[in-house]
Amino acid sequence: MGTNAGTGHIDARYVADLARIELTDAEAARYNAQLNAILTYVEQLQEPDVTGIEPTAHAMPLANVLREDAARPSLDRAPVIKNAPADVDGIYVKVPAVIEGEES
Amino acid sequence: MPLIDLTIKQAATALAAGETTSRALCEAFLARAEAVEPRVKAFLSLDREDVLRQADEADRRRASGAARGPYDGIPLAVKDNINVTGQPCSCGSKILAPYRATYDATVTRKLREAGFIFFGRTNQDEFAMGSSTENSAYGPSANPWNLECVPGGSSGGSAAAVAAREAPAALGSDTGGSIRQPAGFCGIVGLKPTYGLVSRFGLVAYASSLDQIGPMTRTVADAAILLDQICGLDPMDSTTLPGAHGGYAAALEAPADVRGLRIGLPTEYFAAQGLAPDVRRAVEAAAKTYEKLGATLVEISLPNLRYAVATYYIIATAEASANLARFDGIRYGARSPEAKDLLETYRLSRAKGFGDEVKRRIILGTYVLSSGYYDAYYLRAQKVRTLIRNDFLRAFEACDVLLSPTAPETAFKRGAKSADPLAMYLADIYTISANLAGICGISLPCGTGDDGLPVGLQLMGPALGEKKILQTAQAFENVAGPAKLPELD
Repeated sequence: MGTNAGTGHIDARYVADLARIELTDAEAARYNAQLNAILTYVEQLQEPDVTGIEPTAHAMPLANVLREDAARPSLDRAPVIKNAPADVDGIYVKVPAVIEGEES
Repeated sequence: MPLIDLTIKQAATALAAGETTSRALCEAFLARAEAVEPRVKAFLSLDREDVLRQADEADRRRASGAARGPYDGIPLAVKDNINVTGQPCSCGSKILAPYRATYDATVTRKLREAGFIFFGRTNQDEFAMGSSTENSAYGPSANPWNLECVPGGSSGGSAAAVAAREAPAALGSDTGGSIRQPAGFCGIVGLKPTYGLVSRFGLVAYASSLDQIGPMTRTVADAAILLDQICGLDPMDSTTLPGAHGGYAAALEAPADVRGLRIGLPTEYFAAQGLAPDVRRAVEAAAKTYEKLGATLVEISLPNLRYAVATYYIIATAEASANLARFDGIRYGARSPEAKDLLETYRLSRAKGFGDEVKRRIILGTYVLSSGYYDAYYLRAQKVRTLIRNDFLRAFEACDVLLSPTAPETAFKRGAKSADPLAMYLADIYTISANLAGICGISLPCGTGDDGLPVGLQLMGPALGEKKILQTAQAFENVAGPAKLPELD
């Protein structure tokens, strides 16, 4: 890629679908305008020469960070389940039907 | 002195001497909050009974000789994206309105063990995305210096609470300037630690490679005190840095001496378009003050700085799009009652639960990570991030600290920038690069602009250079005096 970033164009509705967000028509139109202005602004990142430059994922590189593999208490179930929008008997999180026709 | 004028350090002395109690302190701050909150709106929630219960426990501990330390019983406001067991943690978002924290963040646990009182939840831009608190789903906070102006953001509620003397200090979080910019706008001290100095466990993630929790206080000494409490390696956050950290308050006990200190002035920062003349004047006067105190001013070039805003808004939004995928109406938070199946549950819960700026950033972040654009945007931004980081590594060979404005102008009026997201982003130019480079930065007050609003002075230091920037900040505060705060009467 690299060179064709300048041709980038966001279709806000398509991308919002990927991100599982429903947009109204007004939102889609507004985001299209705003996000494409931002994309034009970030085109400047094509200017600097990054040949041979390693990407930085974290500013303070640490590798193979391990902690002791010891059993520890988990969160209390009751307050966690209480945070769920719906539950079954205070034990399970109730989830909407995944497969059509199935009772949730 | 009225109790609400006390700093953490002064309150600790007064508590130790038996001159006051935690209950008296908390009642004073609660009364102040009651008086000014209708105008300032710094807090999303402040539970009077809960605060007084904590205060009475602290007083009992102290009376029985079992105080948890010098700070036992001192109130501290907490930004609404840091988990405190049993308290709300809405992140300024509707999607987390029903949520109650089920665990303590690591910083919370440490502060609890030191006896601090959790004094309310402060307002913020939704999920820390913003520079004005106007993106809070619960309405904006006001700047205590001018109630028509924003307090900055995203930790605007924390800054406003401290400046309005509703709390002696607060915790904020800083992903691209969210501690330093509101501290600058409200005339207080705000410190963004080196990435990895403070655990992020229990901080609701916005951009994981950039987020840090830090102190927002009235004095440099108080910032050091809080940083001592919250820093350190944490098995719950694999990005925390090993080694012995702390000793920041102790480092300020010796007289602050900047003789021989090399202070770098980044050419690009002072040449930036949009730097207001009054802000420039105040910051250059501060540099002169350092020169008079014996520091050497050095011109420094950071040539890749101009790419910082673009780099930030790709990396931060990419990380945000992944981090915010967890808010889907299933395990916690608000679920849309209209959804008929699982996919609609996601789509409608997120559509209703997230505000405008959050959706905008999730869409941008999803886009730059998507197939065909990843290399062009995200990978490239990560490489430019390396260039920016290298600029700072080189700069700190030629100087000890960098000095700049915290923001290009003083606090702006509510609504002035909300229609143009890009204009709002561009105002972050002075703070964003410290997050990209992972280095530390502090904002402290350095006078006022033509409008009478505070000007923030930013000092940046190399990774783990907190002692150096705190000592340098202390030297200025010794000359300028501690933060003056508005009366609001």
